[in-house]
Amino acid sequence: MLDKNGIAKRIAKEVQDGYYVNLGIGIPTLVANYVRDDIEVEFQSENGVLGMGPFPFEGDEDADIINAGKQTITTLPGASFFDSATSFSMIRGQHVDLTILGAMEVAENGDIANWKIPGKMVKGMGGAMDLVASAENIIVAMMHTNRAGASKLLKRCSLPLTGVGCVKKIVTNLAVLEVTANGFKLLERAPGVSVDDIKNATEGTLIIEGDIPEMNL
Amino acid sequence: MISKKVANVQEALKGVADNMTFMFGGFGLSGIPENSIAELVRLGVKGLKCISNNAGVDDFGLGLLLQGKQIDKMTSSYVGENDEFERQMLSGELEVELIPQGTLAERCRAAQAGFPAVYTPAGYGTEVAEGKETREFDGKMYVLEYAFKADFAFVKAWKGDEAGNLVFKGTARNFNPNMCGAAKITVAEVEELVPVGTLDPNQIHIPGIFVKRIFQGERYEKRIEQRTVRQRD
Repeated sequence: MLDKNGIAKRIAKEVQDGYYVNLGIGIPTLVANYVRDDIEVEFQSENGVLGMGPFPFEGDEDADIINAGKQTITTLPGASFFDSATSFSMIRGQHVDLTILGAMEVAENGDIANWKIPGKMVKGMGGAMDLVASAENIIVAMMHTNRAGASKLLKRCSLPLTGVGCVKKIVTNLAVLEVTANGFKLLERAPGVSVDDIKNATEGTLIIEGDIPEMNL
Repeated sequence: MISKKVANVQEALKGVADNMTFMFGGFGLSGIPENSIAELVRLGVKGLKCISNNAGVDDFGLGLLLQGKQIDKMTSSYVGENDEFERQMLSGELEVELIPQGTLAERCRAAQAGFPAVYTPAGYGTEVAEGKETREFDGKMYVLEYAFKADFAFVKAWKGDEAGNLVFKGTARNFNPNMCGAAKITVAEVEELVPVGTLDPNQIHIPGIFVKRIFQGERYEKRIEQRTVRQRD
């Protein structure tokens, strides 16, 4: 079974040379730590920066240079700043190659819910609805089950949706899965996890074809 | 040169009144019009409808207007980090409309650019699209979102000149340029008001035509919301 860093490490293998990538808050943010250093990738943050670098050294923080999580950041050579409308033009206009974000629930038809739990304080969707409605290539990073042990890979989402039919790939602590017309297709198992473990943790339709290889991390 | 310069924040905010709709630039606490917000607190105008990506924190940004119960409605994309906001929202004192961040930006830009509405894919099939017109283009569904109508837009830039030309810094740019000219009156506050002719016309982010009044803010706290650093080796 993977921890959050393990999930990030596996997703990092999906990042290809020349990609512009938008990372959501949480596990997705960790992906930047594991991207191969022999490829060129630029990270976009929807508050208006392309070419994000690591956190600044202590004393170098600048209130005018933050990411979408409102954290102080730095920029790399070749970076650019822009306004919010331009930022979402990059996103809606499908100029961003890969979007990685977290989810509370994903359905077997690719629906995603990650912004609202009725009855609890709702903070808002931020840029998530724009991202999922537009991106061609969306990978969801999440734990396979919630804290109560219930599956987060469902036949239908029970929570209010963020987007419909948009998720293509899911990487969890247990597995890598692809969303297909017939349900979740199991592609890889996490180290030490059996196909039965994954079956038991998946409420939605799970498609298992042939031997399922273990992830190569 | 047509001058947009006003002497101070008091003059810049002339005409603000109860029950108006205001736009505020900023993302989190970055690039917020600190001086205009402080003056609105001092004026005590009430019943405000505010369009802003976020709602500040309890003791800074739009949180200051919330403390004085000056806001009736917020239109935002993300409103965490604010206890008083949460209390007023849950008690029903404050009406909150949550919309996708890109839609917020584009509804500002549409108002600035003279479009009555725009079609966006964001929110289609979700509760955000309920009751709204939808339309299919090339096999994909879109939601019709209307341009904002606001009385004042309060924006903050790094540098500006008497002609109203603006230059922003870093990610403090965010929604500020999109709100310029998107309301009846755009008030720009700048950290530094430089003499006309100082700014390179090639490097201006917002031409002065979109700005009605400009003034140099007295002071900027520029508070950091999440201070994240790495250690030097």
